[in-house]
Amino acid sequence: MPITRRTLIAAAAGVGFMQSAPRLGRAQAANTIRIGVLNDQSGLYSHIGGVNGVAMAQAAAGEFNARGFTVEVLRADHQNRPDVGSNIARQWLDRDGVDMILDVPTSSVGLAVAGVAREKNKAYVNVGAASSDLTGTACAPTTAHWVYDTYMLAKSTGGAMVKAGGDTWFFITADYAFGHALERDTTNFVRAAGGKALGSVRTPFPGTSDFSSFLVQAQASRAKVVGLANAGQDTTNCIKQAAEFGLTRRGTKLAALLMFVDDVHGLGLQTAQGLVMTESFYWDLNDRTRALTQRVRSRLTGNQPPNMVTAGNYSAVLHYLKAVQDMGVPAAKASGTDVINRMKAMPIDDDAFGPGSIRPDGRRLMPAYLFEVKKPEESRGAWDYLNLLQTTPAEEAWRPINEGGCPLVRS
Amino acid sequence: MSDTAITAGALPAPKAENAVAWGFSRAQFGALAAMIVFLAVAPFVLYPVFIMKLLCFALFALAFNLLIGYVGLLSFGHAAYFGMGGYIAGYSAKALGLSPELAILGGGIVAGLLGAVFGWIAIRRQGIYFAMITLALAQMVYFFCVQAPFTGGEDGIQAIPRGNLLGVVPLDRDMNMYWLVAGIFLGSFLLIHRIVHSPFGQVLKAIRENEPRTTSLGYKTDDYKLVAFILSSALAGVAGATKSLVFGIATLTDVHWSMSGEVVLMTLVGGLGTTFGPVIGAAVIVTMQNYLAELGAWVTVIQGVIFVACVLAFRRGIIGELGNLLKVKL
Repeated sequence: MPITRRTLIAAAAGVGFMQSAPRLGRAQAANTIRIGVLNDQSGLYSHIGGVNGVAMAQAAAGEFNARGFTVEVLRADHQNRPDVGSNIARQWLDRDGVDMILDVPTSSVGLAVAGVAREKNKAYVNVGAASSDLTGTACAPTTAHWVYDTYMLAKSTGGAMVKAGGDTWFFITADYAFGHALERDTTNFVRAAGGKALGSVRTPFPGTSDFSSFLVQAQASRAKVVGLANAGQDTTNCIKQAAEFGLTRRGTKLAALLMFVDDVHGLGLQTAQGLVMTESFYWDLNDRTRALTQRVRSRLTGNQPPNMVTAGNYSAVLHYLKAVQDMGVPAAKASGTDVINRMKAMPIDDDAFGPGSIRPDGRRLMPAYLFEVKKPEESRGAWDYLNLLQTTPAEEAWRPINEGGCPLVRS
Repeated sequence: MSDTAITAGALPAPKAENAVAWGFSRAQFGALAAMIVFLAVAPFVLYPVFIMKLLCFALFALAFNLLIGYVGLLSFGHAAYFGMGGYIAGYSAKALGLSPELAILGGGIVAGLLGAVFGWIAIRRQGIYFAMITLALAQMVYFFCVQAPFTGGEDGIQAIPRGNLLGVVPLDRDMNMYWLVAGIFLGSFLLIHRIVHSPFGQVLKAIRENEPRTTSLGYKTDDYKLVAFILSSALAGVAGATKSLVFGIATLTDVHWSMSGEVVLMTLVGGLGTTFGPVIGAAVIVTMQNYLAELGAWVTVIQGVIFVACVLAFRRGIIGELGNLLKVKL
C-alpha cells in the first residue's frame, strides 16, 4: 500500500498546522477596523458571493483612503449552517475584535447573525440574504440590508413585467413557505398593475428534479408569463427543461423570481435566452458600473465582473468606512448602533449603485432593474448577458416602511 | 468472543476485573477525571460558546453510540430526534414561554416519543434495512419540518430566549449557560455509562454479539432494542434542545439527513463502542468546522481527507486505537 499510516498522520498534522497559521499574524492594533466577511465559500451559494465577495470587500477597503486607521478584512465560510455562522460571528465579535460583519447569505444564517450582532451591539450589513424579515419583524438597530429582498424581487418582476406587456401569469411554486410567499407577493403586484394570475402549481420541495408535467400545465394555461417562485437548483432545472420543451421559443416568457447573473452564466445563453429577472446591479448598466468593473475585475476569480451581491459588499464597505472615518474609530468600535445610525444619516454615493440612502428600518434604497437575458446572437462577448427592460425607482421598489412590522419604526 | 457475562439466567451486576467505581476501569477513571478537569478549565481558556456547541454534539454522538456501539444498530436518522428536540425546545421557550429546564426536558421527551414510534417500526429489521427505514422515517420528519408552521420553514425558529434557570439564574450570561450545558453533558455521560454497565446494558451487548443466542437464552430482544432506541433518541433530543437554547436558533440543518451522517462520522472518528470516543470524535469534527472556516472552500476537502485518513489509519477510531496502543479500554 503506497499510503502508509505515517504519511497520513503527517498529512493530518500538516493540515492542523495550516489552520493555526493565519491566526499568528493577526495584528492587535487599537486603530484597526476589522471587517468580517461571512458567507458560503464551498456550497450552494458560493457562486453568488463566496471568495469574490471577500475580494470586493478588500477592493473597497483598498480604494478607501482611510486616515488614521487601517482596515483588515477577515473571512469565514459558514457552510450554510446557522450554528456555524452564529458561532463564528460570536467568536469574531467577542474575541477577535471584529467591528462589522458583512454579507451572510442564506436567510436562516443571516437572521441568526443579525441576532448576535444586535446582542453584541456591532454593525451588521447583510448583502447576500433574501429574507425581507431582516428589515421587518426581525429588524435591529445594528442591521442594514443592502441590495435585494424578496419583496423587491416580487415587486419589480411582477409589477414591471406587466407594464412590459406580460399581463397573464402562471406560477410554478416550490411548496414551502418561501415559495408560497414569493407567489403570493408577486400575484398581488401583478394584479395591482392590472394583470391576471391564471393559476399555479406547487412542486414538492426539496428534491423535485423533473418539472416536465408542471411545465406542460403552465403551457396549457396559455399564460404569457410563467413565474418561477422557487430558487437555486429548482429554478435552473425549470429553465433547462422549459428550453427543452421549447416553451420560450413559442413566445411564453419565463420570469425567475430569484436568480443571479451567475446562474445565467452557468446555464448559457442558448438555454436561458428570453428569461426575465430582477437585479439591482449589472456590470454593464452605466458608465460608473463599467468603470467599477474595469477597476476590480482582475481581483475576481475567472476575471468575471462583479454581480449584485459582490458589488453590494463593495458598496457597503465603502459606506461603512466613510461613517467610521466621520465618527472616529473609538466611537465606531464602541457601538454598532451608532455606526449604523451614522450610515443612515449620511448620503450614499458609489459607483456600484449610484446615489441612495438607508431607511430607519435598515433598508438600503436603490432602484430595481428588470432584465431580459439576451439571445446568443445579441451577445457581444463574455458576460454580456442582459438587456434592461424596465426600471422601478427606489421610492417604489421596496416595501413601504410601515408595512414591514419593524419595531424600530413604530417607536 | 466471550459470553461469560450472560450465561447466568438472572444477571448479577457485572464486575469488570479492575473496576474502580461505577463500572469505570482505572484508565477510564483517569480519562473521566481529565475530562472533568477540562470542563472546569476550558471556558476560561477557550471560547465558552464553542465549548457548549462541542458538548452538545458530543452528547448527540454519545446517544448515537449507545445504539451502534452497544446494540449494533446503525440508525441513519438520528438527526430527526436531534432536530425535533431543538424545535420543541425552541418553540416552547419562545412561543409558550416555558423555562429553559422545562424546554430541554420537553425536547427530550418529544424526541423519545418519536423514537418510540420510529423504533417500534424499525427494530423489526436488521442491518442495512434498519438503516434505510430509520433514514426514511427521518426524511419524513424533515419534510414535516419544512412545511409545519411552527418551525418557521427555512428561516427556522430565531431569537429563542435562554431565559432563567429555575426562574433565578439568568442564562443570558455565557458562563451560566456553560455550567448548565456542562452539567447536562456530564449527567448524560454518566447516565449512558451506567446504562451500558447495568444488567440491561449487558443484554444489549449480548444482542450485539449474537442476537439469536440471546433470544434462545430467554430474552425478548425486541423489547431491549426498543428501550435502547428510545433512550438514545431521547438523549439526542436533549442534545438538540440544549443546542437550540445555546445558539437561540432551531433550523432545518439539524433535521437534515447530512446531520445524521455527521453523527456517524463523529462516532467513527472517535471510536465505535468506546466510552470516550464519541466525545473526542465530536470535538474533532466541530473544531474543524469552526476553525477551518477561515480557509473557505477547503473545509469540506480537509474534512474528507481526515475521514479517509481515519478509515485507513485508525480503523478503531482515535480512542479505539489509543486504547489498543495502551492496552486499556477507554
